[in-house]
Parts: sequence; C-alpha cells; structure tokens
Amino acid sequence: MAKLTIPSEELMVGGHVACPGCGAALAMRLLLKGLGPKAVMVIPACCWAVIPGAMPGTCLKVSTVFSSFESTAAMASGIKAGLRRTGRGDVPVVGFAGDGGTADIGIQALSGAAERNEDFLYVCYDNEAYMNTGIQRSGSTPEYSWTTTTPRGLEKRTSKKDMPMILDAHRIPYVATANPSFPEDFVAKAKKAASLKGTRYLHILADCPTGWKHDPSQMVEVGRLATMSHLFPLYEIEEGRLRITWAPSNPVPVEKYLRAQGRFKDLTAEQIEEIQAEVKARWEGLKAREAREKKAVEKEAAPPEVSAAPTPHPAAPVSETVYVKPSPPLHFP
Amino acid sequence: MTVTLHNRRLTGPMAWTSTADTSTAGSWRNQRPRLIPEKCTGCNVCWKFCPEPAITIVGKKVDFELDVCKGCGVCAEVCAPEAIEMVPEESA
Ligand SMILES: Cc1ncc(C[n+]2csc(CCOP(=O)(O)OP(=O)(O)O)c2C)c(N)n1
Ligand code: SF4
Ligand code: SF4
Ligand code: SF4
Ligand SMILES: [Mg+2]
Repeated sequence: MAKLTIPSEELMVGGHVACPGCGAALAMRLLLKGLGPKAVMVIPACCWAVIPGAMPGTCLKVSTVFSSFESTAAMASGIKAGLRRTGRGDVPVVGFAGDGGTADIGIQALSGAAERNEDFLYVCYDNEAYMNTGIQRSGSTPEYSWTTTTPRGLEKRTSKKDMPMILDAHRIPYVATANPSFPEDFVAKAKKAASLKGTRYLHILADCPTGWKHDPSQMVEVGRLATMSHLFPLYEIEEGRLRITWAPSNPVPVEKYLRAQGRFKDLTAEQIEEIQAEVKARWEGLKAREAREKKAVEKEAAPPEVSAAPTPHPAAPVSETVYVKPSPPLHFP
Repeated sequence: MTVTLHNRRLTGPMAWTSTADTSTAGSWRNQRPRLIPEKCTGCNVCWKFCPEPAITIVGKKVDFELDVCKGCGVCAEVCAPEAIEMVPEESA
C-alpha cells in the first residue's frame, strides 16, 4: 500500500445523510483526522445538523452538541468554561457552522467570543448559501451567483463577505483557509489550529453539488479549480503574520471554475472579466502582505545597525493614497 | 460509557455511530463503483477523497462498502489510472 499522507483513523463513519458528493461531509471527515477523538463539536442549525442522521444514530465518533442557529460561539465559550471548571480544560472545543451561521446570524456571538479570545476553534464550512433550507443567498454568496432568492436576472450584485479577514481584524492567534480538495494542507491546518490556545478560526470552502448545480462527481475538481485559479487562496495567519501555504505557479483562468457550475450559467463575458480582475487584485494584495510581513520578521531578527553618524531626524512618512474602486451601483432589471 | 439498548451498543450516553447494519444510505444509489483490479496501483487517492467514507484499502485491494456508498462518482473521477468505473444499479 502506498504511504498514507493523512491519518488513517476515521472519526466519521459512512451512513450519514449528506447528498452524494457533499464537500462539507469530506471537510468534516478531514477535520476530525486533524483534531483527534477528544474534540467536543458544537453544531448550529445547518446541513451538518442533519447530516449525522436521526437520533440516536450519528456518524460522528466525537461528542456533539447542537446549538441554536445564532449561538455557536457563545455555546462553545460556555462549554469550554464548564470543562475548565470541572478540571477538563484540555478537551478541545470546536464550533462547526455554515456560512449563514457564521457570516450572517452568528457573527455577533463569534465576534464577541473572538474579542474575548475564548479558547476554542471555530470552523466555518462555506458552501456560499443557506443550503439546508433550499439554497437562499447568504452574506457569503459570491457576486453574480444564482440562488433561489437571487434568481435568474436578479443574481446577487454585492461582494462576498471576507470572513477570514474579518476574524483577522480581531487579532486572534490563528486564522486559516482550507480546501478539502487539498487534504494534506487541510489536515495540517486542523492539527495546528488544535494545538494552539485562544480563538482560532478555520474557513473552509465546501463544495455543494446540490446548490452549486454540478454533477456530484465533480466535487473535488471544482474545489481544486477554486484554488488553482487564485479565487480561494490557501493561507494562514499566525500571530498576525500571513503566509500563503500553497499556490499554483500558473493559475488557471477563473472562468474554468465558474463555467463548471450551473449557478454561474448566466454570467456574461464582462462579468467574468470583472470577477477575474477582482480575483487578481485580491491575490496581489495577499502576496504583497505576505512579503511585507516577511520583511518585518527578518528586520526584527537582524541585529540593529550601528552607525557612527548622528541619526538624522526621520522624514515625515509619506501617506500613500489608496484608490478604492467603487462598487457598481445596485442594478435590478 | 457503554450502554446497551435494544441490543445496540451505544458509544456515548445518547447516541451510537451508524454502521452498515443500521444505515440504508446506499439504498437509493443509482450507480455504484466497480474496481478494475489490473489498473489499480493502490495509491489511496480514492480513499482520501470519499465523502462518506465508504472505501477501505488493504494492499492493492480496494473495497467499497456498498451499504453506505451513495454512488457519487468522486472516487472514479479522482483515480488517475481510471481503475474505477461507475456502473448503473440496474445492470450491476
Ligand atoms: C433562528 C433560526 N432561523 C432560521 C432557521 C432555519 N434554518 C435552519 S438551517 C438554515 C440555513 C443554514 O445555512 P448555513 O449556515 O449556510 O448552513 P448550510 O445549510 O448551508 O450548511 C436556516 C435558515 C433556524 N433553524 N433558526
Ligand atoms: S445541500 Fe449541499 S452542503 Fe447540504 S448536504 Fe447537500 S451537498 Fe452537502
Ligand atoms: S485511486 Fe484508483 S489506483 Fe488509486 S487506490 Fe483508488 S482505485 Fe486504486
Ligand atoms: S461513489 Fe462516492 S460514496 Fe461511493 S465509494 Fe466512491 S466516492 Fe465513496
Ligand atoms: Mg451554507
């Protein structure tokens, strides 16, 4: 047998009720490989509240608590406090919520917990809509995507919320993005996140063949294209420093990713070009940030320069004017 | 804690993990994977990506747990040597 590149232990078993080819199911399976058997999961209303199966059956070999839609982070904080108080503070607590439960309804509980730096890992599996209730748009639905509440001709006209960066702005110890189409990178991040203290956030792109409208067999490929096109970059931010963990040297056009999915079927060439331009700009922003922070670390590590000449008064910093492209006006035909 | 209820072993105080004998997730599948053993290299890639999971690999022997496999076709799609074919249930 070829050498395994991810742990063999399965903490999720077959027989659950996710749709065929569900990316969120693969995400949970990989996540648990990184977390280990001791984790306590807090799951709010979302597809994953249903996927484990009808009680008293479950596909998860870890303890699971179901929370109300908006309170994942609050409940995880409370469970952690209870465990600490009863001498079991080493038990890892993990919130596992959808994008609706994270970017929309659960954001205030999450933001509050992150600000208090509560000791748990929060995982958002982002399938870019409210899938469990029938594909309604969420704050995490990308621009120009079809959903049942942004139907043909009325596709979403605003950008996707950038949740990992919103969490990074809370100055928490660890923020990372992961993609189940890249299992080794995924499991490594889950392991690292589990090993740290304080609020940690993992943002997962979870393909949903049912809502994204493509054949279930394409799940891994569609996810792969998202990262291969730089649309969903793989990075981690540890103690405020960003590092791109893997990236293709030659990205594929974002059109390949979009055209693989029925939800983007009606996109015009101009809209694809616009998305491509935005993906490129965001990617360059990430690269620039990575380079800047790397330089800062090197400078910190280097011994201070000793100069005989008196140091001149530092010049006033030149403020750079950043041009922000205005978003297109809301347009409803 | 292990509790026995209706002859079932519970892995916790409230729930048991579904197994092939308790789940019928595979009963509504419309196609199933079939291995072409000569082509299989035992690379584990299908196992890595199965969202159930319904694949076990021992040596080069790839085994599909058909009670829970939903026939999504992911395994066939990611197998580079094309050692898995999807067969419609009617003709399986
Ligand atoms: C307070 C509240 N409002 C609405 C619902 C109904 N509801 C259940 S799951 C869900 C969608 C969840 O979407 P998301 O968090 O993106 O997870 P997904 O279903 O996509 O996995 C909704 C609206 C609820 N359970 N509770
Ligand atoms: S609707 Fe999408 S996310 Fe929910 S179980 Fe089905 S494939 Fe998975
Ligand atoms: S991916 Fe294909 S070659 Fe590799 S173990 Fe599976 S069936 Fe065999
Ligand atoms: S068809 Fe899908 S569920 Fe069945 S073994 Fe292959 S990947 Fe797993
Ligand atoms: Mg969702």
